[in-house]
Amino acid sequence: MGGIHPPENKISAGKAIEQIPLPGQVTILLNQHLGAPAIPLVQRGDRVKTGQLIAKAAGYVSANIHSSVTGKVLKLDEVFDPGGYRRQAVIIEVEPDEWAEDIILSTTLKRDCTLSPEEIIQKIQEGGVVGMGGASFPTHVKLNPPPGSKPEVLIVNAVECEPYLTSDHQLMLEKGMEIIVGTKIMMMALKVNRAVIAIENNKPDAISLLERLAIPYSQIEIMSLAVHYPQGGEKQLIEAVLDRRVPSGALPVVTGAVVLNVGSVFATYEAVQKNKPVIDRVVCVTGKSIKKPGNYLCRIGTSVQELIDFAGGMPDTAAKVISGGPMMGKALVNSQIPVSKGTSGILLMDSKEAPRQKVYNCIRCGNCIDACPMGLEPYLLMNLSELSEWENMEKERIMDCIECGCCSYVCPSNRPLLDHLRVGKFKVGAMIRGRKNQ
Amino acid sequence: MENKLYVSMSPHIHSGDSISRKMWEVIIALIPALLVPLYFFGLGSILVTSVSIASCVVFEYLIGRFLLKQEASIRDGSAILTGLLLAFNLPSNLPLWIVVIGALVAIGMAKMSFGGLGNNIFNPALVGRVFLLISFPQQMTSWPLPKAFNPDFMDAATGATPLSIMKSGHLERLPDLQDLLIGNTGGSLGEIGAAALIIGGLFLLIRKVISWHIPLSILLTVYVFTGVLRIANPELYADPLSHLFSGGLMLGAVFMATDYVTSPMVKKGQLIYGIGIGIITVCIRVFGSYPEGVSFAILLMNGVTPLINAYCKPKRFGEVKKK
Repeated sequence: MGGIHPPENKISAGKAIEQIPLPGQVTILLNQHLGAPAIPLVQRGDRVKTGQLIAKAAGYVSANIHSSVTGKVLKLDEVFDPGGYRRQAVIIEVEPDEWAEDIILSTTLKRDCTLSPEEIIQKIQEGGVVGMGGASFPTHVKLNPPPGSKPEVLIVNAVECEPYLTSDHQLMLEKGMEIIVGTKIMMMALKVNRAVIAIENNKPDAISLLERLAIPYSQIEIMSLAVHYPQGGEKQLIEAVLDRRVPSGALPVVTGAVVLNVGSVFATYEAVQKNKPVIDRVVCVTGKSIKKPGNYLCRIGTSVQELIDFAGGMPDTAAKVISGGPMMGKALVNSQIPVSKGTSGILLMDSKEAPRQKVYNCIRCGNCIDACPMGLEPYLLMNLSELSEWENMEKERIMDCIECGCCSYVCPSNRPLLDHLRVGKFKVGAMIRGRKNQ
Repeated sequence: MENKLYVSMSPHIHSGDSISRKMWEVIIALIPALLVPLYFFGLGSILVTSVSIASCVVFEYLIGRFLLKQEASIRDGSAILTGLLLAFNLPSNLPLWIVVIGALVAIGMAKMSFGGLGNNIFNPALVGRVFLLISFPQQMTSWPLPKAFNPDFMDAATGATPLSIMKSGHLERLPDLQDLLIGNTGGSLGEIGAAALIIGGLFLLIRKVISWHIPLSILLTVYVFTGVLRIANPELYADPLSHLFSGGLMLGAVFMATDYVTSPMVKKGQLIYGIGIGIITVCIRVFGSYPEGVSFAILLMNGVTPLINAYCKPKRFGEVKKK
């Protein structure tokens, strides 16, 4: 139900993953995941090795952070994060790599894994693996479903339904076998005997490759899905794959499905089989005016500017730098912001595409209702938000909103529907938490 | 880093859809139906249409500029569309000063007094038409007779319309279906020629400007209701197909009732709205004192639309049934 079909614009599709040179300095944010920021373990002047733990998870819903380079800690400081907030970060001056002891650097495939589910989850937790698709939810939390719920099937989210983005696509083409093994490891951790790798059919090469690689693994199924935004949303994907709907307000696991991003599956492979924590990732740098669009492997903490320079430099016409895709990505306040675990792409928009258009009255065409994948009425929620009617917004189920942006995308009057929905969701969320605390 | 960056919340792309695009597509869809009266009623139809459009645009501009003191809204094409639809609901021999009054009521009273496009409760063109029908019943109900390649300007012979024939009970005098379809009948200038209107409607459906829910529910309701009456008493009641293709029904169902601003937003609500229009139309046509009831039916259901919107909710994702 609902959804849209924006132009795909996968400019960087098929571009081989290219490693960018080590930057002069990296800025490693301590809140690269959903949940509490990690607690720093290093001080100014400390020397760190590549892959060394530099900040430990602050509680269960949090994630470890490792140094992505070797070098000297210059300072701990507050810097802008992709969301535009000032956050704690460790800034390291880069020297040639000296890897932490137990990391296996060879790229030979390691197929077998004899660890117990608990040991696997512990390695994932130690490696700081989070959702690499953008939301950055700590992966070990997802692998430990709450008591009473019984996972039956692992869904690997390789949909990449955002326009422009190609990093997952390219990762599947180049690391297909690692992804299959990672999927198998995650199935062991979850104690399920079925996995579905869901890929949209605009990536036929990835589908046929993974289908071939998965032949020896009878429990892993590759599912080709019609292109549809926001199919990569967790609830939408469970519906597309299993034809089950997550009840409003419930955790997705009640449907028996656990959804994990394909990038996290690869990170899991590296963490479990190679002892390698999340210190780098593939970021696709794209946009209509960029000279060398491509998929670049870079260390966490590399500045966006560095990536753009490697991709041919900032075009004169660039007017917006987006971390993530055009539908849900965040517009960056400057290009010095570092890459974090959830940075799937950097999208440059030029001065023609970047500004918003003039807003007109709502003409009640109903486009937003038809486009909403959650069956909400965005026009009504926006009106209520403007009137500060938070109680009524709660009744109209604002908390179901997944912030996919379909409503704003289709509005012929250019109304900033999602902006107002976000305000409402924030206010109603605070209201609900306040009620629970009473 | 010299570039100044735009920072805004997602989404960062837009479909490119706009109000003016939607309005112009409806205007294009109305062109076939505009050629029919030109053929059968002559240049008078073009004159009435031009005056109606021009006065709607002028009134919208003047009211917006000097009374509401807002930015000019005429470029969105909605005033042109209102003018066109108003003209479609008028006889082609209507004195032009009456057309101007209709335009003033449509734009000034029904649209701008509510705050302009998007805020009106009732369909502006229909308010204009009904105002004229009540104020100038004589002029508004003397429809010219159709005549191929009509060279006359404003003074063609006038006569009965299919609906007034139905009302009079002389069912044998009804024009045959073929004439109804091509528009070889008396009536308001845009409502004759059901086939041309259907072509326009199909265009809008294909371009996804409208959905099938409103037009189809209206037409089906009228078909079923008049069909039942016909079975009950074939001597007294006209056959359902004549009902479908005569009067303002096709124009109303495809172009007037589907006006975004004044119709329900959720598909289920649109079906209720369409069924309501169908029932009221047939009641007025068959049991009322006016021969035609589409305008009144749509306006009445326009009034109910906010209520329908409040109670018809879309199907929510993952709805939990209350115990």
